[in-house]
Amino acid sequence: MNNYVQSILAHYHLDKTRLIDMLWDIQHQQGYISDQAVGALAEGLNMSPIDIRETLSFYHFFKDRPFGKHKVYLCNTVIAKMKGYNEVRTALEQEINTSFGSVDSSGMFGLGDANCIGLSDQEPAMMVDDVVFTDLTPKKVADIVSQLKQGKTAAEIANPDGADSKDVAYVNAIVSENIQTDSKVLFKPDRDYKAVLQTCLDKLPIQIIEIITDSNLKGRGGAGFPTGLKWRMGRDAEGTEKYIICNADEGEPGTFKDRVLLSRSPKDVLLGMITAAYAIGSRHGIIYLRAEYWYLKDYLQQQIQNFRDEGLLGKQILDTAFEFDIRIQMGAGAYVCGDETALIESCEGKRGTPRVKPPYPIQQGYLGMPTSVNNVETLACASRIIEEGASWFNNMGTDESTGTRLLSISGDCDRPGIYEIEWGTTLNEVLSMIGGDNAKYVQISGPAGDSLSVAKDGEREFCYSDLSCNGSLMVFDNTRDILGIVRDYSEFFVEESCGICVPCRAGGVDLMHKMERIIDGRGCQQDLDEIISWSKLLKGTSRCGLGTAAPNPILATLEKFPEIYRDKLAEQKRPLLPSFDMDKAMSAHELAYKHLVQENAE
Amino acid sequence: MTVKVTIDGQEINARAGEAIVDVAADNGIYIPTLCYTKGKPCLGTCRTCSVKVNGRVMAACTIPVSEGMEIDANGAEITDMRKAMVELLFAEGNHNCPSCEKSGRCELQATGYEVEMMVSRFPYRFTPREVDHASKTIWLERDRCIFCQRCVEFMRDNETGQKIFSISGRGTHARIEIDTDLANKMPAEQVREASDLCPVGCIIDKTQGFDDPIGKRKFEVKTIRERVLEGTHR
Repeated sequence: MNNYVQSILAHYHLDKTRLIDMLWDIQHQQGYISDQAVGALAEGLNMSPIDIRETLSFYHFFKDRPFGKHKVYLCNTVIAKMKGYNEVRTALEQEINTSFGSVDSSGMFGLGDANCIGLSDQEPAMMVDDVVFTDLTPKKVADIVSQLKQGKTAAEIANPDGADSKDVAYVNAIVSENIQTDSKVLFKPDRDYKAVLQTCLDKLPIQIIEIITDSNLKGRGGAGFPTGLKWRMGRDAEGTEKYIICNADEGEPGTFKDRVLLSRSPKDVLLGMITAAYAIGSRHGIIYLRAEYWYLKDYLQQQIQNFRDEGLLGKQILDTAFEFDIRIQMGAGAYVCGDETALIESCEGKRGTPRVKPPYPIQQGYLGMPTSVNNVETLACASRIIEEGASWFNNMGTDESTGTRLLSISGDCDRPGIYEIEWGTTLNEVLSMIGGDNAKYVQISGPAGDSLSVAKDGEREFCYSDLSCNGSLMVFDNTRDILGIVRDYSEFFVEESCGICVPCRAGGVDLMHKMERIIDGRGCQQDLDEIISWSKLLKGTSRCGLGTAAPNPILATLEKFPEIYRDKLAEQKRPLLPSFDMDKAMSAHELAYKHLVQENAE
Repeated sequence: MTVKVTIDGQEINARAGEAIVDVAADNGIYIPTLCYTKGKPCLGTCRTCSVKVNGRVMAACTIPVSEGMEIDANGAEITDMRKAMVELLFAEGNHNCPSCEKSGRCELQATGYEVEMMVSRFPYRFTPREVDHASKTIWLERDRCIFCQRCVEFMRDNETGQKIFSISGRGTHARIEIDTDLANKMPAEQVREASDLCPVGCIIDKTQGFDDPIGKRKFEVKTIRERVLEGTHR
């Protein structure tokens, strides 16, 4: 029974930093991670079983109890709910004959929820094992389930022509790219990667850093840290090894641009990593790929192999002394791992808990060594800047926000998909591009970002000093229930909180309950005042960006659409709050009285 | 290297790199903590030591002092934020001081007094939590856990170096766990160490009960503030 665990342990050389890979291998072989498997891992790695479980229980997609031969996760975002989620959910429960969160009686299907799986332009969508199904309807669901029951694998159904999973045709059979604009910086076809890398290696590392600095490229993940400065700090930092990590844990609800970049232009990203490695002096790169994008893994692995075969990765790159190689680290379902220090913890085989800062990863990151964590899009941009020069890049966008921004567009518009806009474009311009004529409310940068009123914010520009969007843009027209959307976002933050710090773990729940109270019409002015005060508390005291961002949707919609909150408020007529339910409060007394007095008397 | 900082307007010379919370205590300024243990790596989990550094709220145990820092430790707003942290913990767990063995030597209770908490502004959750009494040495009273991570990070099996305590799940599902086999191997003094390390009454030494009479208990003899300021509270 434990033989397969032993061979997995041997495969990873008993290296506990590879625990997440080991857990994945076990789950893929056995369907779940049993107590025996945990025990064998613990023994092999000299860890206590509860230490293994510490990691295992943190991630959404790891199962320590049987969860069906086929694991089905339906995406439940607000966008999915606008596109037919409820009908699909009912159909799934009927076809599989089980309810969400459980396994059907035959043990064939486990049915669960998933937060955003990076398919907001083709919702409703679900993950089944290693692939996804998009644009779902009840009929489509019935067909998929029936084929699974007949013994087909999910991959065979999603990829009926049988394309090789190493080939882009496989990816394209499963998901649509939906790129709606012509290439400016990104998605340039037919690049000569070898020639670009040669021009890179012909320069000194410090010159590469200067070019990136001159281009004014800023991190595309959202924080907007200058990439050239980060690389310079990485070069200057002391360490026996240095690491480049590509953050492909694209978990912010509504964004899917990194998925499309990795499928259409994966070598742009790889070349960006190689460039960063050369600049900083690193030999090892990691792509942290979210588990929701498993169907990209073989394809990406093949792209890496192609680069090795062509001499662009590995030892003696392009016949120089420079060596660098890349491995893929799969995630396992945790939004918080988008935080760079949580991501590093996860790469080390641990819970995705954001670290205490300082030190910052660029000084002490992966395995305590200087680590440059860069977004997928940042790296792709860097590879283009090396090819075309800093001033080429500088000429696009605005003075302080140079180049372009990829937007992942979803929601109430005619043409959802990927748009490459120059920084400086206004919200109204974007809306007309995407056919969002009836938009009332726009959520940018996901729930962690900002809520915009088209009436008030239409002329504002996308740029780091104003709308510094991380790429997610969700559009809602005037038929949508804004308070319901905000409540969903609050729940999202509660579900994804790692729980390490008090304000986010405990306070997030209180904020969500306040929203429910307002929506139910039981809230009063005091509740609104407390929402603002508690939001300030979370924003100030939380350990990482998740907790500080959790109140954003409430605060921003309260500012932009105060009337929808006001309309819901109950008047406080008596000293008691309108939310206080006297009957409910007294019911326990009645129950206790009945139990203790009456039943004892009998 | 010495740096100059100000805390609540008071100019202070401090060693660069020392945590704000220690510099403050050395200079007679008490900042409450619940996860921080002097001399050990900071955990940064409880956020009860939040202060304003150059206007931004930060946890004082996580931030080393640097030249010119202006620290607001006792302004009205930040004091209330720290109080709110303690209140959140009281509302999140199930804390019944009168029936708790740790009462009088509980850091959460002592800190509650210091921040002048009367009642939590947050709704009490009353979440049922399961007690783990399987170990021969330790009674794990999960109702009282505040997820400080001290036991997780600082307690290890003497022989193997393995974790004796860990946290499972995440967010609201997080739960303190104990490895029964390793706990049973703990010598008496290590059990006492774990129980003393726990800032609340979650890790209870099964051989220890209500040892000191009311009025003579640890924080009644000397408050947590006094202990921090004289440097005798770890």
